[in-house]
Amino acid sequence: MDVTTLAASAADLGAARMQMALSLGWHIIVACFGVGMPAITLIAEWRGQRTGDPVYRLLARRWARAMGVLFAVGAVSGTILSFEMGMLWPGLMSIYGEVIGLPFALEGIAFFIEAIFLGIYLYAWDRLPPRQHLLSGIPIVIAGVASAFFVVTANAWMNQPTGFDQVGNRLVAVDPWAAMFNPATPPQTVHMILAAFVVAGFGMASVYAVAMLRGRRDRYHKLGFLIPFTVAAMIIPVQIGVGDWAAHFVASNQPVKLAAMEGIFETQRGAPLHVGGIVIDDEMRYALEIPSGLSLLADFDPNAEIMGLNEVPPQDRPPVNVTHLAFQTMVGAGFALLALAAWAGVAWLRRRDLPRSRWFLRAGAVSGVAAVVALETGWVTTEVGRQPWVVYGILRTSDAVNPAPGLVYGFALVTVVYVILTIGTVFVLRRLSRDTPVPLAPQEDDVTAQPVP
Amino acid sequence: MGLPEITLAVTWLGLTAYVLFGGADFGGGIWDLLAGGTERGRPQRGLIEHSIGPVWEANHVWLIFVIVLMWTGFPAVFAAIASTLYIPLTLVALGIIARGSAFAFRKVSTRIPRERLFGAAFALSSLLTPFFLGTVAGAIASDRVPPGIAAGDLVTSWLNPTSLMTGLLTTAITAYLAAVFLTRDAQRDGELELAEQFRRRALVTGVVLGGLSLVGLLVLRVDAAPLYAQLTGGAGLPLLVVSVGSGVVSLLLLWRRRYLAVRLTAALAVVGLLWGWAAAQFPELLPGVTIEQAAATPAVLLATLIALAVGGALLAPSLWWLYAISQRSTKAA
Repeated sequence: MDVTTLAASAADLGAARMQMALSLGWHIIVACFGVGMPAITLIAEWRGQRTGDPVYRLLARRWARAMGVLFAVGAVSGTILSFEMGMLWPGLMSIYGEVIGLPFALEGIAFFIEAIFLGIYLYAWDRLPPRQHLLSGIPIVIAGVASAFFVVTANAWMNQPTGFDQVGNRLVAVDPWAAMFNPATPPQTVHMILAAFVVAGFGMASVYAVAMLRGRRDRYHKLGFLIPFTVAAMIIPVQIGVGDWAAHFVASNQPVKLAAMEGIFETQRGAPLHVGGIVIDDEMRYALEIPSGLSLLADFDPNAEIMGLNEVPPQDRPPVNVTHLAFQTMVGAGFALLALAAWAGVAWLRRRDLPRSRWFLRAGAVSGVAAVVALETGWVTTEVGRQPWVVYGILRTSDAVNPAPGLVYGFALVTVVYVILTIGTVFVLRRLSRDTPVPLAPQEDDVTAQPVP
Repeated sequence: MGLPEITLAVTWLGLTAYVLFGGADFGGGIWDLLAGGTERGRPQRGLIEHSIGPVWEANHVWLIFVIVLMWTGFPAVFAAIASTLYIPLTLVALGIIARGSAFAFRKVSTRIPRERLFGAAFALSSLLTPFFLGTVAGAIASDRVPPGIAAGDLVTSWLNPTSLMTGLLTTAITAYLAAVFLTRDAQRDGELELAEQFRRRALVTGVVLGGLSLVGLLVLRVDAAPLYAQLTGGAGLPLLVVSVGSGVVSLLLLWRRRYLAVRLTAALAVVGLLWGWAAAQFPELLPGVTIEQAAATPAVLLATLIALAVGGALLAPSLWWLYAISQRSTKAA
């Protein structure tokens, strides 16, 4: 069987893209908890040590247990990604693997440190003095943030490929540091790291909002809501500012992506901002138009010229509807979370308490989902908006894919495994939130003996 | 030794660490599978869980190191291997997912039916993952992965005598290492009966492993003649001798219950095998592709090696602390 002559069918290319989207989209949620949850857990543990209050310490214990599960599935769901880089996209890796290798090597080190200290943090609770135990958690936070930074630099490079010279298909000179610190790195990495804390914060708060809606309004559940919610609520306004920075960056450096995000076809001055709408036959329909809104947002000038999709041939355009819808959804979810944070902030300033309305708790309960939706649609925007390129302007996704047949079956198999993995993870996390036992620690019997409300 | 050789050596060190530590974790899963009924197997499963619980994630990272170093240092070789062998590699990746998540799920489960379900998934994937990883090694060793993207046969590249043999051998290695390591863990915890059980298993697996290696050499002679020639007469021979010698000494040490010393010799037997393969195949990474041809540009290799050196300085003391804490007896805690 000579497989070299078989080009991948359109179905195989689609399957490869969907498999990558599924495994990345799944991993990124867990990875956000891996980055954000340790810091939030350490805050609780630190408060517990300062005040001696067993409620804080019990929260830290239980969050650590969930963290252990999430970190394990994060580690293994991250591993398949490194396999997939080669199995699905050998055309990308055979040439550019060395250009983006350095950040992945650094990420490997950061992840190693994270794994080591998480092992210490989780398993040595009863073997280390409290202060040392708290300190052993700090490297987890630093390494988690560093991992996120390194990995996202590689994605930023795909948007702004720099740091190499190429003759034909051969690289003649590579500057891995220039590739890593490409122009897209600052806005993209900051946006993602903040997103991790937003997802982890609102995600954890959601669990306690649901419990409070069910009537469990004791101190334990209130603090369980307040700590992560406060972290996320403080970050969300910053995140929206950073998002604006990232969008300006796209406007200046990837005008085709911006045109797809906004559904602009004709190059024009005073371009409108489209809210909602759908593109049919290369025309934006049913959208609410804010005159000159886009020009103003992108360039701070209502008469600024915005490039339209018609400037590039159809085969070089990204799928407009997916990109536009994803971007709008992300922005919408982000502002909804901002409103929720503002609501809580106003109530807190007035009466040092959360809003009394049940609607606040209901909104808090869905805030985790909203944060995940913003995360996923943000990634869809940047990834689909870059198509048809895998390396922007240099390598097409269709040229990077593995030409071997049968990728469709691989995708089907991977999907089945991920469905099972999702069910298992949700089931175990739900169990963890109900089960009473906490990890054994003889020297902290006031925590171990503390009933979980 | 130039930058490509150093990079390859570092990659191979990572692979060695993965086989020794990550391999033993898989082997622990295999013994979990064979531990017997829920009640009878409980002490063994408890020891296995205690031994691999704190360290398996750190041990697993070695594999990620190897993959990343491959694509950074030898990008076209990585692409050729991953594209031709995407079927067994997908199975390996899914096995890794099943193993890791099921282990973590079981750890927090409190009821027996769930423990059984997750335990079965953990144990079965521990058996299958090293096997498929071994078939990948066999495919490369028997020259069945030509350079180029998906240039090899998608099926026979990893379904062939050498691959199947290597798959079995890898599985046996993980089981053997785990049995040897667990013997000492049990002894340190004062669980002398458990130590005896794992000693018996280590002895039996050691003999099986020796037999498999012998059969493996015969398979290589027929199926991968160039590698066989180098292993039995060329650069690989000294390392093969080290491997066989250490294997025999390990059996003697096990017989005499020298559980700490046998950790070293058993590891050495495996190290000899891995580096013997590397020496026998050097300097070709794939058929017709030498290390010099495949290597990334010097700037990349240098930057990566420097990053790894700095990282290593951070990692070594951290890793030592983790192992020191996890090796403390449960009884003392």
